[in-house]
Amino acid sequence: MARQIGEVILDLKNISLRFGGVKALTDISFNVREHEIRAIIGPNGAGKSSMLNVINGVYHPQEGEIIFRGEHRKDMDTHDAAKGGFARTFQNIALFKGMSVLDNLMTGRNLKMKCNFLQHALWWGSAQKEELEHRKKVEEVIDFLEIEHIRKTPVGRLPYGLQKRVELGRALAAEPSMLLLDEPMAGMNVEEKQDMCRFILDVNDQFGTTIVLIEHDMGVVMDISDRVVVLDYGKKIGDGEPDEVKNNPEVIAAYLGTQH
Amino acid sequence: MFYRETGQFKNSYAADQQVFPIRQDRVGIAILLAVAFLVVPLVAGNYWFNAIFIPFLIFALAALGLNILTGYAGQLSLGSAAFMAVGAYAAYNFQVRVEGMPILMSFILGGLTAAGVGILFGLPSLRIKGFYLAVATLAAQFFIVWCLTKFPYLSNNSSSGVISVPGVEMLGFKFDTPQSRYLLVLSIVTSMALLAKNMVRSTTGRSWMAVRDMDVAAEVIGIRLMRTKLLAFAVSSFYCGVAGALYAFCYLGSVEPDGFSLDLSFKILFMIIVGGVGSILGSFLGAAFILLLPIFLDITLPAIAGLLSLPFDSATVSHIQLMVFGALIMFFLIVEPHGLARLWQIGKEKLRLWPFPH
Repeated sequence: MARQIGEVILDLKNISLRFGGVKALTDISFNVREHEIRAIIGPNGAGKSSMLNVINGVYHPQEGEIIFRGEHRKDMDTHDAAKGGFARTFQNIALFKGMSVLDNLMTGRNLKMKCNFLQHALWWGSAQKEELEHRKKVEEVIDFLEIEHIRKTPVGRLPYGLQKRVELGRALAAEPSMLLLDEPMAGMNVEEKQDMCRFILDVNDQFGTTIVLIEHDMGVVMDISDRVVVLDYGKKIGDGEPDEVKNNPEVIAAYLGTQH
Repeated sequence: MFYRETGQFKNSYAADQQVFPIRQDRVGIAILLAVAFLVVPLVAGNYWFNAIFIPFLIFALAALGLNILTGYAGQLSLGSAAFMAVGAYAAYNFQVRVEGMPILMSFILGGLTAAGVGILFGLPSLRIKGFYLAVATLAAQFFIVWCLTKFPYLSNNSSSGVISVPGVEMLGFKFDTPQSRYLLVLSIVTSMALLAKNMVRSTTGRSWMAVRDMDVAAEVIGIRLMRTKLLAFAVSSFYCGVAGALYAFCYLGSVEPDGFSLDLSFKILFMIIVGGVGSILGSFLGAAFILLLPIFLDITLPAIAGLLSLPFDSATVSHIQLMVFGALIMFFLIVEPHGLARLWQIGKEKLRLWPFPH
């Protein structure tokens, strides 16, 4: 089934973010359509991660507006973002190192669990039922990402590539409608990158998840994304389909430099 | 050879999520409980109950409480003894002031009072972490002990805050022998340990560990940091509070505020460090180690001295005891920084392969 790119569900308008005197983002506007893969690219320090942090409420922009599914908000906190269906991974892996893969993924579903700690303590009836139901869902994610063999392994003992995959799993376990990926392929070898690309495309295809991703590997970005936004020094310098962006003189200048 | 899960297949998630998924563990724990509940009361003497089993169980409970807070939720605390004191004094007051209050209810209310105080002193954890939080919990330690000494009301107007608890009585049955008190403590500690195990293997425990391991990520996936940390403080203090109540009612009989000093807090902290941070079993192993080793050295050192006919006086023996104790703690921490619980786990792994390690 070919996926259908739908309406705009996330619209960012004139976002500016400052840390004291440092302008991380200046007057940036772009939107994300339902079911699409939207890439954010740019040289180091361009403000890509800050942008992602603004989207899911870690940073609160001084100016601008975020419209998500018709709801206007200047900023939201991370809890609301998670409830609204945002899930993300981090540039430097932010897994719970002391817990097993299974527990990490189960934690990803915490918002969907309703029992309180007293019910947990007694482990009777609804608490146990809930735990089993969610275990089933988590096993589906484990199956999807092909990490069955490590489900009981503490995350801290896994190699880097697998940790990245588990982190994607934790985000997927929340059944997000929008997935934010911060450099999902950083530091991977070609084979691992191919696996990760396949997972990202499959997620997009099978679950219809909208994906916003930051990535430095231009081959990957141009290959898998539907539209690309380019940042440089906190400003937007390009926006459009991969081919369009590739031929944008400003983008070429930012990446390769120009002769003066 | 005997400890192997070969052939034990799990065909449901429920079976996979048991507390003890391996059959040998289940048998082992059943035997241990049977011995603790049935054999020990028949064979052990009063000394064993009063000096070893009862304090061991009570300290294990307190260590379990601290382990929930420090080991699972990652919040360092030096106020465990103070929370024990709150539990002890609150239980005492409920028992003395309220006519016909059932003793178990007093324990629970004592624990709940401690939980309330724990939440109050847990509030700084929303802003500060690690050693700074430990220093903030020191405030609880000194403030509570000061309060109990300062306000005679809290100790029912007894001099210098000493309380002598009334006898423990439940439904007309008097817990006046060491055996009966041991069984009461054992029942409470076992059930609370089971509740703790259930909590840490469910969403509650996972949230605690998520906050401990990576609080930013935890927040991003929707865990409320404030609620999670304060819940950890509340549950932990509840456990310490009940332990304090048992300490007063079932172990010492009369306690004073100074008995719940910083020394005691450190003792409980050492228990979880030696036993294993972030492990229920570790709390018990640590309590056994810290509590029983001095007693063991107390008995064996003079005997060894006598055997070698060395002229040791008792002061020297007690000094050597301290030195050996300290050296052993250092030895264990160097050999296995994750505590006795981890050693036990490694032992089990080895046992699975024994006698063919390849």
